[in-house]
Amino acid sequence: MILHFHNARLIDPEGGTDAIGSLTVKGGVILARDEAAPKGAKLVDCGGKCLAPGIVDLGVKIGEPGERHRESFRSAGLAAAAGGVTTIIARPDTSPAIDTPEVLEFVTRRASEAPVRIRHMAALTKGREGREMTEISFLRDAGAIAFTDVFRVSTEVKAITRAMSYAKSLGALVVGHPQDPGLSAGASATSGKFASIKGIPAVSPMAERMGLERDLALVELTGVRYHADQITTSRSLPALARAKAAGLDVTAGVSIHHLTLNEFDVGDYRTFFKFTPPLRSEQDRLTMVAAVADGSIDIISSMHTPADEESKRLPFEEAAAGAVALESFLPAAMRLYHAGHIDLPALFRAMALNPANRLGLPQGRLAIGSPADLILFDPDAPFLMDRFKLRSKSKNTPFDGARMEGKVLATWVGGTQVFMAEE
Amino acid sequence: MAFRARHLLGIEQLSPLEITTVLDLAERYVDLNRRTVKQSDVLAGMTQINLFFENSTRTQSSFELAGKRLGADVMNMSVANSSVKKGETLIDTAMTLNAMHPDLLVVRHGASGAVNLLAQKVDCAVLNAGDGRHEHPTQALLDALTIRRAKGRIQRLTIAICGDIAHSRVARSNLILLGKMENRLRLIAPPTLMPSGVEDFGCELFDDMREGLKGADVVMMLRLQKERMDGGFIPSEREYYHRYGLDAEKLAYAAPDAIVMHPGPMNRGVEIDGDLADDINRSVIQDQVEMGVAVRMACMDLLARNLRAERGRKIVGMMA
Repeated sequence: MILHFHNARLIDPEGGTDAIGSLTVKGGVILARDEAAPKGAKLVDCGGKCLAPGIVDLGVKIGEPGERHRESFRSAGLAAAAGGVTTIIARPDTSPAIDTPEVLEFVTRRASEAPVRIRHMAALTKGREGREMTEISFLRDAGAIAFTDVFRVSTEVKAITRAMSYAKSLGALVVGHPQDPGLSAGASATSGKFASIKGIPAVSPMAERMGLERDLALVELTGVRYHADQITTSRSLPALARAKAAGLDVTAGVSIHHLTLNEFDVGDYRTFFKFTPPLRSEQDRLTMVAAVADGSIDIISSMHTPADEESKRLPFEEAAAGAVALESFLPAAMRLYHAGHIDLPALFRAMALNPANRLGLPQGRLAIGSPADLILFDPDAPFLMDRFKLRSKSKNTPFDGARMEGKVLATWVGGTQVFMAEE
Repeated sequence: MAFRARHLLGIEQLSPLEITTVLDLAERYVDLNRRTVKQSDVLAGMTQINLFFENSTRTQSSFELAGKRLGADVMNMSVANSSVKKGETLIDTAMTLNAMHPDLLVVRHGASGAVNLLAQKVDCAVLNAGDGRHEHPTQALLDALTIRRAKGRIQRLTIAICGDIAHSRVARSNLILLGKMENRLRLIAPPTLMPSGVEDFGCELFDDMREGLKGADVVMMLRLQKERMDGGFIPSEREYYHRYGLDAEKLAYAAPDAIVMHPGPMNRGVEIDGDLADDINRSVIQDQVEMGVAVRMACMDLLARNLRAERGRKIVGMMA
């Protein structure tokens, strides 16, 4: 079947353009751009709304195996499709961890339930315990796209160094969580006036820079391809810039929450605003937004982390960290656009093109011959977020009750429509 | 009425007028408590539950006595014999207690914000008896009453708070209260025990105690928790006492009529010299204990009035 999208505002992160045009799709790939509709093509009138490559979301927690009551591949996939995410890069911080080819094969099979593409990261060390490396080669053969122990930072630097050297020899990408584990132990807020007045155990933003500096030193030592999952404070940026200038194969990400919320949003101990790392100052938030806009931060992720009511209805320091974000990703990102901080092609560079490039995926672009993973969205459509309407099994969104702008109208994966907005 | 709060979760939520209202009423309870017959019936028929997730002798007995003197039925629940140890969550405990229809719930918990969370789930009035490092409002109110009685006012005083400020809910509540009443605040602590960002609270910071005490009208000492003394936050008890323990020599830097306060229990010879603590010309530590009962009576009285008024409105609403 041939699809012809016309009257579309094409958001092209590769060309950096945002202009009305048309796109023709055949056999699941993009066939032509700004050409007349071929005979027999099904016409899709985009009504002047935005047509962009689907989001490639690096770092999504799904509850399989072990916590399916929090999120299944199916529920995550539905949420993703409704939120404009066409490729989920799933995290291995499951129970048990995805640290053997057998577990990886199991989740790969289970993931076929989802209407969007799902690729898996595997643990860098067995049980994510930071002591012994996993079967990185077997895991790569079984489809692991990157290796990470997620939020656990090992103090056994020798073991991590060996794992990185081994990964380097295979050309595997290692995703690190830059955080000094000692300094950040027990903390659930960023140190400063807010944490002090609320009496919440807190960590200095310096812990992130220390963790990053350590990882960068190991990258220099081993030559491994490295991605820092979340850089959230301005103190880390000079180290990152130095590493990139020195030619290290390094990229960095940030979560959408650290770009749209700050430490004061926690308010009266609202646990839906508890994150790893914790929300930062407004100054840091603005610096990170600017860093995404100028390209020094490469990737925006949702860091989707489903948590049930029981793990959130606790005193702040005891509550689980993280938020569901697949479905609110695009509307949250639109806040940056509407605030005039960043244009749409630059946003999709960070949400689609850069993560795809970093992972060696053909998605994330509107180029001819690339997969037709597309989203149609209205950046201005307003709505009130109601967490109980989310498709995720868990409803822990910090945007509950918030006024949002930006709605996904339809989503296609490989040319097949997987989501259409109601009404 | 001048006191409108439904719960007493922290000083942060109180206006200066509400603080003054509590202190004025507490003065009357000070008089009552000094009589032979100390009974009042303002809480008659009401049930007060003291729910303590952290051990406390002083605060719990102060609340218990306050409730009993006002005629309430008082029950003490401590964590040692509750189902919390069997894995019940804070919310479940709250719901269970709520089903017993208490009128006043006095709560102490080790986590900041835990009392706020609990207050969202129950129908009765909740009094925060200390949550983590967050607030301990009745302590700040009793300190304010003690200061007002000793100094004749609770405004425009120079007040030095000294010791483990980082881990102290007493310090936080006092900072907020004394700041709201427009006093000049000084914090004295080694940098390891000073919370970060505190310079934005509008107080002066000192790590030299003598400097910080210069001309102070009130010297408020804080308890140093045993677990902080092991070399993690300070090198040793004796070095701490040398630099931050209050003795007559250091106190001489304060105003000649400065009063000395301590929330108790004291570590004599660690943060305060034993003789100084007992000096009735300088130390108001025993007065603080006395004011504690009166202030807690005043708080419970005011919350009970609001509770009755709220329930009355509900009944009128049902009949209308």
